[in-house]
Amino acid sequence: MDLTLTAEEQAFRDEVRAWLEENHPGPAPTTGDQDLFEFEREWQRRLHAGGWAGITWPKEYGGRGATLIEQAIFGEELARAKAPRPANVLGLVMGGPVVIAHGTEEQKERFLEPILSAEEIWCQGFSEPESGSDLASLKTRAVETNGGYAVTGQKVWTTFAHEAKWCMLVARTDPEVPKHKGLTYFICDMEQDEVDVRPLRQITGEAEFNELFFEDAFIPAENIIGGVGNGWNVAITTLMHERAGLGASAALGLRQALDAVIELANERGAAADPIVRDRIARLKIGVEGLRLGALRSLTQQMKVGVPGPEGSISKLQWADTHQAMAELAVELGGVEALKSGSPWAYRYLRSRANSIEGGTSDVLRNIIAERVLGLPRLR
Amino acid sequence: MDFGFSDEQQEIQRTARELLAARYTPAKLRELAESRSYDDAIWSEIRELGWPGIAIPEEYGGQGLGMVELVILCEELGYVCAPSPFLSNAIAGLVISEGGNDTQRARWLPGIASGEALGAAALDPNDPALVADAEGAAVLVLPVGDDGGLVEAKEAEIEPLELIDATRSYARVGARDAEPMPVETGLYRGMVAVAGELVGLSQKALEMAVAYAKEREQFGRPIGSYQAVSHRCANMLYDVEEARSLTYYAAWCADAEPESVMLAAHMAKARASDTATSVTNAALQVFGGIGFTWEHDLHFLLKRAEVMSQILGTATQHRGRVAELVGLG
Repeated sequence: MDLTLTAEEQAFRDEVRAWLEENHPGPAPTTGDQDLFEFEREWQRRLHAGGWAGITWPKEYGGRGATLIEQAIFGEELARAKAPRPANVLGLVMGGPVVIAHGTEEQKERFLEPILSAEEIWCQGFSEPESGSDLASLKTRAVETNGGYAVTGQKVWTTFAHEAKWCMLVARTDPEVPKHKGLTYFICDMEQDEVDVRPLRQITGEAEFNELFFEDAFIPAENIIGGVGNGWNVAITTLMHERAGLGASAALGLRQALDAVIELANERGAAADPIVRDRIARLKIGVEGLRLGALRSLTQQMKVGVPGPEGSISKLQWADTHQAMAELAVELGGVEALKSGSPWAYRYLRSRANSIEGGTSDVLRNIIAERVLGLPRLR
Repeated sequence: MDFGFSDEQQEIQRTARELLAARYTPAKLRELAESRSYDDAIWSEIRELGWPGIAIPEEYGGQGLGMVELVILCEELGYVCAPSPFLSNAIAGLVISEGGNDTQRARWLPGIASGEALGAAALDPNDPALVADAEGAAVLVLPVGDDGGLVEAKEAEIEPLELIDATRSYARVGARDAEPMPVETGLYRGMVAVAGELVGLSQKALEMAVAYAKEREQFGRPIGSYQAVSHRCANMLYDVEEARSLTYYAAWCADAEPESVMLAAHMAKARASDTATSVTNAALQVFGGIGFTWEHDLHFLLKRAEVMSQILGTATQHRGRVAELVGLG
C-alpha cells in the first residue's frame, strides 16, 4: 500500500498542472447557451492541440493511452483547476470508446478524429419516455429499407442534441425476439429533417436536455455498430466504459464545494452550532470516503482487471453527499440562497437529479444486491 | 500510487483468515463467550506467529511492521469476534512505542511484543478508566490529568466489569503514582486499530445477513429477492466499504504521512463506529426474530460493535474533532 504518487505519476501530474495553468481559458461566458457551447468547443480544440483530448483512448486512435491512475490524476487536476468541460464530452467518454471497441476500421477512420477535435458533436439516444431504468424495453423502431434503416420513435434526456452531428441511437430492429435481443446500436446523422429536437426544460429553469422525435429518419447500414441485434451488449459496454477516473475527480469537485460550504457556515455565524458541525463533519467523511473508495477500486482494477465492490458504491456516495451538502448550504444561506439564480439555489435544485441521472440510486442498489452480493433477482 | 495490499500484506491477511476461521469456530466463540474466558492454546499460537509484536520495532523484539499490517490483523480478529487480549495489548504497544522514553520502551515493549508480559490500555479518559484485559496484564497505560501515564498492573486497583460484550474482559482501573507518558500520538493509532476491528466485525455481520437473505423464504421466495431486504443489504455494503477505505487510509497515514493521521483517524473511527452499529442492527433486522435469540451468534457481534464504537471516542465526538480540523471556527 502506497498512496504517494510514483515519480512518473508525479511528473504526469506536474505536466498536466503546468499545461492547465498555461492554457486555462478563464471564466465561462454568462451570455447564453450558444456562447457557452462555443467556449467549450474552443476549449476542447485547445485540449486536443495539447494532446489532452481523449487521454484514455489508445495512441493509435489519437489518444494518449493513459493508465487508470493517470486518468484519475487528470480528472483531479481538471477539477482542481476548475477547468471547463470539453464540448464533446459524450463523444469522448462514450462514442469514441464504443467505436474503438466495436467499430470496423472504416468506422474508426470516419468517426474518431472529428470527436477529438470537437468538429462533430455527439449525443446519446438511449432513454425513452416509457423506458428509463428498464432500457431494454425501448420502443423506437428501425425498419430495414433501401441500403439502411428507417427509424421512428422518441428519445428523451438527450444532452447536446441541438449541437450534435451524431446520435448514439439504440433502436429495436426485431420485435419478435426477447427484448434484450432485438436491439441494434446505430450512429444516426442528426442533420436531417426527419429528426426533430425539442428542448426539455428542467426544474432549474434551464434546458440541458432535449427530446428527440424520429419520423422515418434514415441511417445507412454502414452506421451500425457491433452488428444487427447486438445493440444491448454494445450499449452496456458504453455505459460501463472508462468510468475509472470519475469517482476521484467527482470527489475533488465535492471537496471544493465543501470548502465553500464551510466558508458559508463561518460567514453566517453558524460554525459554533454543534448540529451544523456534525453535518459538515459527516460531509467531509462522505467526500473522503468517496475519493478513497474510488482510488481503491482503481488499484483493484489495475491489478486484476475488474473494479472491486467499493467501485459499485461510488455513484451512490456521490449523489448522497452532494445532495446533503446542497441541502445544508441552502439552509445556511437563508433567504439569499433561496433567490432564483443564486448559485446555492442552483446547486440545490440541480443536485436533485444526482440520484436519478446515470442510473437511479434505487437501480444501483438492485445492481449491488444482485451482482456484488449475489442476492436473488426479484424478476 | 497503489491503494492495495502488497504481496506480504496479502500473505499476512490470508494466514490470519485461515488460522482464525479454524480456531475461532462459532462453537468455540460461543463456548468462550458463555464462560467469559479466553483460549490459552490459541493465544500461544498467535504469540508464536509474532502477531502481538507486529507493529513494534525490531529492536524491542517486534516485527517492525506498521499500522497497515496491524489493521489487517485487527480486521481478521474482528471478523471472528475473537475473544483474546490482542487488541488491548496492541494499543498499549502503540502508545508506549510512540510516547514512551527509552527506559519505558526497553522495559515494557519486549514483553508486549512476545506476549510474555502483556500491556493493556485505557479505552476512555475517565478515572477510574475502562480498560480491556487489565487482569493478566503486566503494565497499564492510563489517563493522567490531560495526558497519560504508565503503571505496573500490580500497583493498580482493578475492578472487573461485566459489559454486554462477553467476548472480551473489561475492568475499571484506578491508580495512584502513574509514571507520566504522553499518550496522544499512540492513541490515534489505537483508534485506527479499533476501526480495523469494527470493519472486520461489520463485514462478518454483512455476510451472515446476505447468506440468510438468500436461503430464508417467506411468501414463497427468498427474502433477499425483496427490495426492502436487498436494498438494506446494499446499504450495509456501502457502509462497510466506506469505513474500510477510510480505515486503510488512516493506517497508511500513520505509517507514511504522520501529519495527516489525526484527521484520518478521527474520520476512520467515526465512520467505522457508525458502520458497526448500523450494520449489526441491520443484520438483526434481516434475521428477524431468530437474530434476537441467545442461541443465534449475531448478538456477539452486535454487542462488541456497540462497546467498541463507544470506546476511544464516540462517532459524535470524533465528528466534533473533524469539524475543528476542517476549519470551522
